[in-house]
Amino acid sequence: MQVRVQTEDFDPGDVIHDLGNGRPDMGAIVTFLGLVRDMSSTGAVHAMTLEHYPGMTEQSLEAIVTEAGGRWALQDVTVIHRVGRLEPADRIVMVAVASAHRGDAFAACEFIMDYLKTRAPFWKKEETPEGSRWVEARDSDDSAAARWEDREQA
Amino acid sequence: MKVLYFASLREAVGMESEDVEPTAEVHTVGELVEWLATRGEPWSDAFTASNRVQCAVNQVMARPDTPISGADEVAFFPRVTGG
Repeated sequence: MQVRVQTEDFDPGDVIHDLGNGRPDMGAIVTFLGLVRDMSSTGAVHAMTLEHYPGMTEQSLEAIVTEAGGRWALQDVTVIHRVGRLEPADRIVMVAVASAHRGDAFAACEFIMDYLKTRAPFWKKEETPEGSRWVEARDSDDSAAARWEDREQA
Repeated sequence: MKVLYFASLREAVGMESEDVEPTAEVHTVGELVEWLATRGEPWSDAFTASNRVQCAVNQVMARPDTPISGADEVAFFPRVTGG
């Protein structure tokens, strides 16, 4: 398992290449790559700055990955989240999950993103033509995370 | 006890952190919020704003009834928006 919170960019190909350290029993790698968009629900976005809670951020991401490992048979997981100032089209987050079979890898990747969005202490502030503003949390993200709470292990 | 503030809450109170010594009756997160707010501005306004404030005790997500006895670090922040 690897959890990284960093300002610098990363190469998704390298992340995939390094996953599982070449173990021969991996059957599937599922990845999610999140990018900064130039639009939000309220208008144009020139850039955003991500703030986080150093220490708690890493701990909460590790706890989310550990919980995923308890629900599905996973062989390796990498989570990278960038902080600081980012511009549209920049990479912001990547989750890569390796498993023997695609079903577990798909489910765990989505679970980790849903929990990351509602439980990991990151906050986005957008720069817009009208000035900067903090992004409001969305109830739909809470609903996405809540789906997993009643679900049995796959 | 160290109290940390993040994001819009940090801006509302105008500080990243402060060292506080709450009174002996303050046992939970909810009671700590009330105690912080009794000190007046800027805390009273920051904690009564409509956006829901979340809390972590010793870097673990907490609720209003979470005990804070023995806690070294309590953090307050708006709902998270990463990913």
